[in-house]
Amino acid sequence: MRLEPIANPTLTRRVLPPALAIATSFAVAAFLAMIAGGNPFQVFGLIISGAVGSKFAVLETLNRATPLIFTGLAISVAFRAKLWNIGAEAQLYMGAVVTVVLGTGALGLPGWAMVPLLAVLAVIAGGILLLIPALLKTRLGVDEVVTTLLFNFIFLLFVSYLLEGPLKDPMGMGWPKSARLVSEARLPRIVDGLRLHWGFGLALIAAVGIWVVDKFTTLGFEMRAVGQNAHAARFAGIPVNPVILKTALLSGGLAALAGFSEVAGLKGSLTLDLSPGYGYTGIVVAMLALLHPLGVVAAALFVAAIFVGADSMSRAAGVPTYLADIMLASALLLTVLAILITKFRVRRD
Amino acid sequence: MDILEILLSASFWAAAIRIASPLIFATMGELICERAGVLNLGIEGIMVAGAFAGWIAVWAGLPLWGGVAIAMIAGMGFGALHGVLSVLFGLSQHVVGVGITLLATSLTFYTYRVALPEVSTPPKIEAFKVLEIPLLSDIPIIGQALFAQTPLTYLAFGLTAALAWILYRTPLGLAVRAVGESPASVAAQGLSVAAIRMGAVIFGSGLMAVGGAFLTMSAFDSFFFDMVNGRGWICIALVVFGAWRPGKALLGAILFAAFDAFQIRLQQTGIGVHVPYQIFLMMPYILSILALVLMSRRAEVPAALMVPFNKGER
Repeated sequence: MRLEPIANPTLTRRVLPPALAIATSFAVAAFLAMIAGGNPFQVFGLIISGAVGSKFAVLETLNRATPLIFTGLAISVAFRAKLWNIGAEAQLYMGAVVTVVLGTGALGLPGWAMVPLLAVLAVIAGGILLLIPALLKTRLGVDEVVTTLLFNFIFLLFVSYLLEGPLKDPMGMGWPKSARLVSEARLPRIVDGLRLHWGFGLALIAAVGIWVVDKFTTLGFEMRAVGQNAHAARFAGIPVNPVILKTALLSGGLAALAGFSEVAGLKGSLTLDLSPGYGYTGIVVAMLALLHPLGVVAAALFVAAIFVGADSMSRAAGVPTYLADIMLASALLLTVLAILITKFRVRRD
Repeated sequence: MDILEILLSASFWAAAIRIASPLIFATMGELICERAGVLNLGIEGIMVAGAFAGWIAVWAGLPLWGGVAIAMIAGMGFGALHGVLSVLFGLSQHVVGVGITLLATSLTFYTYRVALPEVSTPPKIEAFKVLEIPLLSDIPIIGQALFAQTPLTYLAFGLTAALAWILYRTPLGLAVRAVGESPASVAAQGLSVAAIRMGAVIFGSGLMAVGGAFLTMSAFDSFFFDMVNGRGWICIALVVFGAWRPGKALLGAILFAAFDAFQIRLQQTGIGVHVPYQIFLMMPYILSILALVLMSRRAEVPAALMVPFNKGER
């Protein structure tokens, strides 16, 4: 078989394959739910009502989407420049560690100064963490996929060490858990009485910010140019390696904000289960969004809804919650395939 | 126990070879894929799936070798999916690989929960037993290390030798290496690049799954969720460290495993008391990164690695 580019794809050609991809991943999930003894209509009904069926459910979905917007943005920024950052999980924890180290009493600042300072420092630390693999890539040609993946394991062990050693809460009854943030370091709630914190607002601002960088700045143009064809970009006078390093700082910083916002907005302290894989799920979010920053918001809400919905479905119907992960993994694979089909015709010969 | 004493003990080297065995299977699997030009990042998930498939098959009543076969088939299934997306459709090998890992892992965990809904600890199986080879196993130190292992370990070593022979001494091996270096010239010979790459990815993925199955059927006798724990990613580093050659990759795996066995023993010595255990656990991952950095200068990367081939395109 052979792929042939299509010059002017019709509207059907551009819309139908992605729609079919999502539909197929739902069908796969329905089939698996049946194997587990569930009724697929009931299972999907429970997922939807669990995700958006009540005020509590909607707030839970928005809260769950917050870290996913950050990691999704981190991945889409990196992937656009073909910097394969699979280490968002480590960068997320870096942001959380910085927040906890400085926010539990080390700094005595009022809230209006403390919260932005912590966010900025988290961004810098997360960026530096990704800078190491990025430098290994630009200087020595070491593939960043493997180094960023291995960094996840190293950094999680480091966090485990911190939580059992220097950062361990003396009042924590022996649990590996950090002390709680001082109240000046906490992200306030958007509306009093509603369980939704300003991390969500910050995530929306970040998405718009990245969209502006992408669309209106030289850096945005350079990042896309490097991603599309590094050779051509170099030929056109774009400093490819510095652009990759800037991309790394930006991507690592965005992922670190996820950790900052989870600690300062939601949890108030750091434990080893802060992230159930938000760094990896960010890849799915970014791909479903076609690497578009505003699309990331929509994709993160969709993914968060499925996770939150699947949790409550699992409690009610007894179908394992991993159904959500399967749905998203198959949606990821089918979407990349669908996007190819919108642009190419498959020829047999 | 001091350091020299550890290095001279037979049990240390026996442990090193045991730890190396799953890595050897998976590293050889990845090596075949990459030699044919396909980076297979599905390795981590495929190992998880293989570990589970082999174990559950034996638990359901199949003989041990039947379990190995089931693991292999499961791995080949995910390999086929990887191949269709990355070879036939030429999609990004990074994205497809990560997707396969997510899919294989979540499918495995889902199946586990569906198959064993009510258990708190996973059931044990009767795993492969040590098969001592007469006379040879009596050689001091290396006898116990090399000739008192489970059958799967012997298979791992035999496989490496066979693979090296096939890659460098047979037309099939030449074809596999050629599609990874210069697919256009293979196509010019009238061979199908897609078919050779598909074959390599499917077979290689099968081996990765057997590597996973080693964990549940030989190293341990049960399945745990975080069992594979990054071993797949380490194998990708081992392929680079071994400069895409089976023999060197085998030595790399043994060296790596010896280091791993060493750090486990070091934790129990006087040094281990003063150093947090997390530092020891980090070592394998740090070592993998160091290996990548060291080898980067003289990398002999297959020229067409990660380059999709579309017939009729220059």
